[in-house]
Amino acid sequence: MAGFLLRRIGGIAVTLLVASFLVFGSVHLAPGDPASFLLGGRSASPAAVAAIKEQYHLNDPFLVQYTKWVGGVVTGDFGKSATFRQDVGGLIAARLPTTLLLIGYAGLLILVGGLASGALAALRRGVVDRAVLIGTGIATATPSFVAAIGLISLFAVQLAWFPAFGDGGGFGDRVYHLTLPAAALALTFVGLVARVTRTSMLEELGREHVEVARSRGVPGSEVVRRHVLRNALGPITTVTGTVVAGLLVATSIVETAFGLSGVGQLLVSSVTVKDFPVVQAVSLLVVLAFVTANLVVDLVQPLIDPRLSHAKGGRA
Amino acid sequence: MTGRLLEIEKLTVRLAAGKAARPILGGVSLHVERGEAVGLVGESGSGKSVTCRSVLGLLPEGASASGSLRVNGEDILTMSSTRLRELRRRDVSMIFQDPRASINPMRRIGDFVTEGMRAGGVPQKDALKRAEELLESVGIREPGPALHRYPHEFSGGMLQRVMIAGALAGGPRLLLADEPTTALDVTTQAEVVSILTRLRAERDMGMLFVTHDLELAAAICDRIYVMYAGRIVEAQSAEGLFGRPRHPYTSGLLAATPRLESDEPPHGVPGRPVSLAEAPDGCAFAARCAHVRPGCTEREPVHREIDGAQVACLRAEELIHD
Amino acid sequence: MTAVPVHRRRFFAPLARVAGGDKLVTAALALLALLIVAAVLAPWIAPHDPDAVDLSATLSGSTPEHLLGADQSGRDVLSRLIFGARTGLLGPLVVVIVSTVLGMLIGVTAAWHGGVVDAVLSRAMELVFSFPALLLAIILVAVFGVGLTAPVIAMSVAYAPYVGRLARSVALREKARPYIQAYRVQGWSGWVICVKHLLPNIAPLILAQSAINFGYALMDLAALSFLGFGVQPPTADWGAMINEGSSSLLQGAMLPALAPGVAIVITVVAFGIVGESIADRVARREQ
Repeated sequence: MAGFLLRRIGGIAVTLLVASFLVFGSVHLAPGDPASFLLGGRSASPAAVAAIKEQYHLNDPFLVQYTKWVGGVVTGDFGKSATFRQDVGGLIAARLPTTLLLIGYAGLLILVGGLASGALAALRRGVVDRAVLIGTGIATATPSFVAAIGLISLFAVQLAWFPAFGDGGGFGDRVYHLTLPAAALALTFVGLVARVTRTSMLEELGREHVEVARSRGVPGSEVVRRHVLRNALGPITTVTGTVVAGLLVATSIVETAFGLSGVGQLLVSSVTVKDFPVVQAVSLLVVLAFVTANLVVDLVQPLIDPRLSHAKGGRA
Repeated sequence: MTGRLLEIEKLTVRLAAGKAARPILGGVSLHVERGEAVGLVGESGSGKSVTCRSVLGLLPEGASASGSLRVNGEDILTMSSTRLRELRRRDVSMIFQDPRASINPMRRIGDFVTEGMRAGGVPQKDALKRAEELLESVGIREPGPALHRYPHEFSGGMLQRVMIAGALAGGPRLLLADEPTTALDVTTQAEVVSILTRLRAERDMGMLFVTHDLELAAAICDRIYVMYAGRIVEAQSAEGLFGRPRHPYTSGLLAATPRLESDEPPHGVPGRPVSLAEAPDGCAFAARCAHVRPGCTEREPVHREIDGAQVACLRAEELIHD
Repeated sequence: MTAVPVHRRRFFAPLARVAGGDKLVTAALALLALLIVAAVLAPWIAPHDPDAVDLSATLSGSTPEHLLGADQSGRDVLSRLIFGARTGLLGPLVVVIVSTVLGMLIGVTAAWHGGVVDAVLSRAMELVFSFPALLLAIILVAVFGVGLTAPVIAMSVAYAPYVGRLARSVALREKARPYIQAYRVQGWSGWVICVKHLLPNIAPLILAQSAINFGYALMDLAALSFLGFGVQPPTADWGAMINEGSSSLLQGAMLPALAPGVAIVITVVAFGIVGESIADRVARREQ
């Protein structure tokens, strides 16, 4: 187990190193002078340009610049934003709570909605199954910004149940404000999780040990919970890796659509003004979050299926 | 509690419309007395497993059943689902063919053995204690730690012992064994059979033993039913069946069994079993029978009693097989 | 109209095979055909110039003159929708073609050579997997500026591993089959075997994956246009239309934003249905 973990963490380190190199290097691929990007196209005195170049180590060779940047990132220093004139780390930290709350909220909706509708479709073949299949088919084809438009026009404009824009203050109000964004963010993934749940449960329902459990007088609901749903968790867990990746990027769309000041919205606005230090930092964080999520998935798998356990082996 | 331990009368099971040309079971009648071991023998697809599973009320999806199927006088087919669950937990248990497929690989052994007990309201602690005794009685060393292990850590033979322990948990009066040794290798088969026969005798359970192996059935059972194409074609005592098989199919099966004392190579029953898509007129075995007469394919032979044996063959009196 | 001319039957036969009598798949194919026709013939079938401003109709809602209403600049939504199908379909088309070619090249090369080549290519694909496609596109937009070019390049790279992984696994399986072995023994060159025998055999599954990818690429490119990174106003594009239309939502005008939204969902669903139907067909044939 320890060896497996070390190998995986080593692999992640390599991935992050390559990713950081690509993210950092991409700026230098850009046509034009990095200093002019950092000035955001504003004309500046030669002295100001020189100061910028000094501040961002632009006079050093590329590899030196990269090493300095990575060294900073490792210690939590992502450099200074060109437009905000602030530490990138601080900018992100200020916006992280909104984004995390949004992702957590959406994650909850995905888990509950996806599992429930998938399980329902697997257990109630016929009309319910067909309805869920059609519903999830449409849900997976609905990008978050389209969902946002639909939700705003129905729940914010027509019914006026929820606010269309803004973060809100205080926890309760925040959750209230984040309801529509979370729903918009979740919709596609609810469809995805529901489909995986349905397929996985149908496969498990056909297994011999499920009939054996029934033959032993275990009530139907117990059989479903202890043998069908439990055993179906493997593929569902695997798909959460994909879901996490999708959620992280989709926050930038949803936060823009609902005017939330989160990390995703920060990324979008930074791209617009070519604020590279911010773009680099957020991109790297997204990749980090993604590979971490996949590591967690891999670590959780043996807990779900003991046959995958790396620690034990052999037979009695 | 009245009546026989198990009494099946004219059980007919039909699959959902359009899925089969003939009933999967056609008027099966058999019984098991208290403490009696009864064999149910036939080739694969003869309906022996379906018969066995129907005792627990497990019918193929969309199938309909007629006739009666009574355990201690209570009809399974008309029973409430609550009573059926109770019966499955306490009165009747089944041992399945492939333990590797029949035990949930993601749950611990202890969970499997105690599952029925806990569903019946036995506290976890008592159930685990009982499970430990059960594992010991089927010959599993260190039963305590074994409860915390997972199925993939056990061999097939050991897992079948676990299955037997699980089947005994509710203290059943009737044990259904559906080819319990088929998936095991030869040496393990003998061990599992001896455990099964010993525990059955100790606990005075009735048993319906389903197998394709006539010799194995004769070694374990008091009486044997032979099935072909969803019907019982012959029923008599184990010795009688071996000494004087009455039905051509039975003698065919006997000839197919390899014998140590004989130099002749075993030859299988010629031809192939009737599939569910076929519904031949008259005797279903006629197409493979060496003694077939024109009358055989005209009407279905009825059961007749000849010297204590039940036989469904028009020529049973004329033909003496040995 | 009893006999279909031979050349037409040849054209429609593959489509009919994909549909296989399934009404839903037939409907999806018909819808996609309609969409393609609309995109190609947009200048002739659109009721209005997509950029023509009719200030009297601003946010009018559905009228006989403007069936889907007009946006806040007074442009006809239906006409913009029809013209938007052009960029809407063209972008994903390029992405799917490039990523499919790239993916098949990588996948088949990895499978055919094995060893170090396979290890390196597989690692590279894993690395790309850890970059969500949209993130890659956003980074490239940051570097190269807004417009369709950077997103299309990013998507093509990001989607290639999906095809590549599939092509690799199918090619590995096919490679082990006796007929390929027989060709190798006969001394055929690797390239000839790959192009003449391996590719046709793995093509159906790749096609299924590509149809599904088409839908995803359409969603992602529309998202980028929605963010203002892709197709730039005033060009008619579904994603950009939603962006422009979202501000009029609060004024109660739904159509300018909802119509392109519905168009995106329907198109993606149609591609999904067709892709899954091909995949089903392949799976059934393999059984």
